[in-house]
Amino acid sequence: MTGFQTLFYKETLRFWKVATQTVAAPILTAVLYLLIFGHVLEDHVQVYPGVKYTAFLVPGLVMMSVLQNAFANSSSSLIQSKITGNLVFVLLTPLSHWELFGAYVMAAMVRGLVVGAGVFLVTAWFADITFVAPWWIAIFAVLGAAMLGTMGLIAGIWAEKFDQLAAFQNFLIMPATFLSGVFYSVQSLPAFWQTVSHFNPFFYMIDGFRYGFFGQSDVNPWLSCAAVACFLALLGSLAIYLLKSGYKLRH
Amino acid sequence: MAAIQINNVEKSYRALKALNGISLSIEEGEFFGLLGPNGAGKTTLISIIAGLNRADSGSVAVHGHDVVSDYRQARKMLGVVPQELVFDPFFTVRETLRMQSGYYGLKNNDAWIDEVMHHLDLTGKADANMRALSGGMKRRVLVAQALVHKPPVIVLDEPTAGVDVELRQTLWKFISRLNREGHTVVLTTHYLEEAQALCNRVAMLKAGRVVALDTTSTLIKRISGSQLVVQLASGTLPDELKALVSHPEELKFGSKYTLRVTEYADVEPILAKLRLSGAVIEDMQLQQADLEDVFIQIMEGEK
Repeated sequence: MTGFQTLFYKETLRFWKVATQTVAAPILTAVLYLLIFGHVLEDHVQVYPGVKYTAFLVPGLVMMSVLQNAFANSSSSLIQSKITGNLVFVLLTPLSHWELFGAYVMAAMVRGLVVGAGVFLVTAWFADITFVAPWWIAIFAVLGAAMLGTMGLIAGIWAEKFDQLAAFQNFLIMPATFLSGVFYSVQSLPAFWQTVSHFNPFFYMIDGFRYGFFGQSDVNPWLSCAAVACFLALLGSLAIYLLKSGYKLRH
Repeated sequence: MAAIQINNVEKSYRALKALNGISLSIEEGEFFGLLGPNGAGKTTLISIIAGLNRADSGSVAVHGHDVVSDYRQARKMLGVVPQELVFDPFFTVRETLRMQSGYYGLKNNDAWIDEVMHHLDLTGKADANMRALSGGMKRRVLVAQALVHKPPVIVLDEPTAGVDVELRQTLWKFISRLNREGHTVVLTTHYLEEAQALCNRVAMLKAGRVVALDTTSTLIKRISGSQLVVQLASGTLPDELKALVSHPEELKFGSKYTLRVTEYADVEPILAKLRLSGAVIEDMQLQQADLEDVFIQIMEGEK
């Protein structure tokens, strides 16, 4: 195996060894959301014509799980390695900043997509799901996982303590995911909040992902795809720059 | 070509100047000691060599490869045993070592991994989780991790701090063997007898500067000769020997005297003079200067 493959393998094995916590737990959480919100709102809310609320909710929950778990994987791995000091074993090696970036982000994507697939397989039992444009489903799942894996990497590099990382997660990632339209369509919001939502990259990921299932969305999937790709390029460049400069890692 | 070439390296942490223009050349095949009190800059220097930290100015090359611009080659040449007892709690010893090999792009490295584990007495713990190991065992794994890619240059940052005698012996036997086989070894330690026994050359650091750099034997010779300690059962020190007494207060109290001697041949005339004066010797010791004396003298001289 090359150095890159080894780090990717190690990062994947790391979460797989504690899969109850890293895979099973988030699947259970998503199912609980579906059961509770679905039960309460099924007969009261219809976001798209002909689509039941539970069915509407499934793609949102899947994407939310993909995003949160991709973020959790790279960020928690880095912060743990930094705090326990074993990051030194990676920093001593000839691995380049590109390889570090690729391995951490791809392992985060694997976890995000595995959890997302798990959430889908379980929640799909409770709703009638259609697949109007499967390619969009795949593209947004992959782009979203990559973007949050990258954000996790940046947060992990920046944070020096667990509480700093928790702040990043609680005050940025959680609000951005919840306010992105997982549980509702932004069309239902007042005009001002609709505008605000359009600055939230998470909105485009969930909206585009949902388009793949229902063929209906708040904005055109091409626009969403472009927005997500731009955010990903921006964050990726920042992460590469941080790794190359050795910011907080080689000081 | 030097195994490690350090040119005028400077490093500051805010107001603190950790390294103040260090220049050193460590040749291939050397067993080199990097000594100095806590805070002298040893670990900072090692971190810069290993790419864990970056110098503010100056350059470092390992086997001719600059540690910043040509870091991939430089790091392949280097195996570093960090000072802190760190480990990855997710993996077993064997997984840890396989993973470390993999980072260097090595496939099918199990034969060498087994050999390293054998020499460090780790074979019995190969499938134990890192969390389950004692401190000494974790230290062995750290050493093994630094050696998985057979680096031509091995850097050990205080590898024997808080380690039992058995591990020290196992470790030095193995590291000395690697040195004999051609690996360059750089060692920092607070145990000066270890440095004296193992290192052919030593650099002493203080406050970020090299204050002494020479072969270990030359450094020890810098302390003029040895000392003869005589305890008299009766009689007193004859006047002609009083000039040799190292500690003047000994002339006032008691019957024990520490006399400076430059070579063994000086001992016999001293004993003859004592005999002539009628003094009877109760106990006698010849003390050789060691690296610790040199260290103390140099560090005090630098105050």
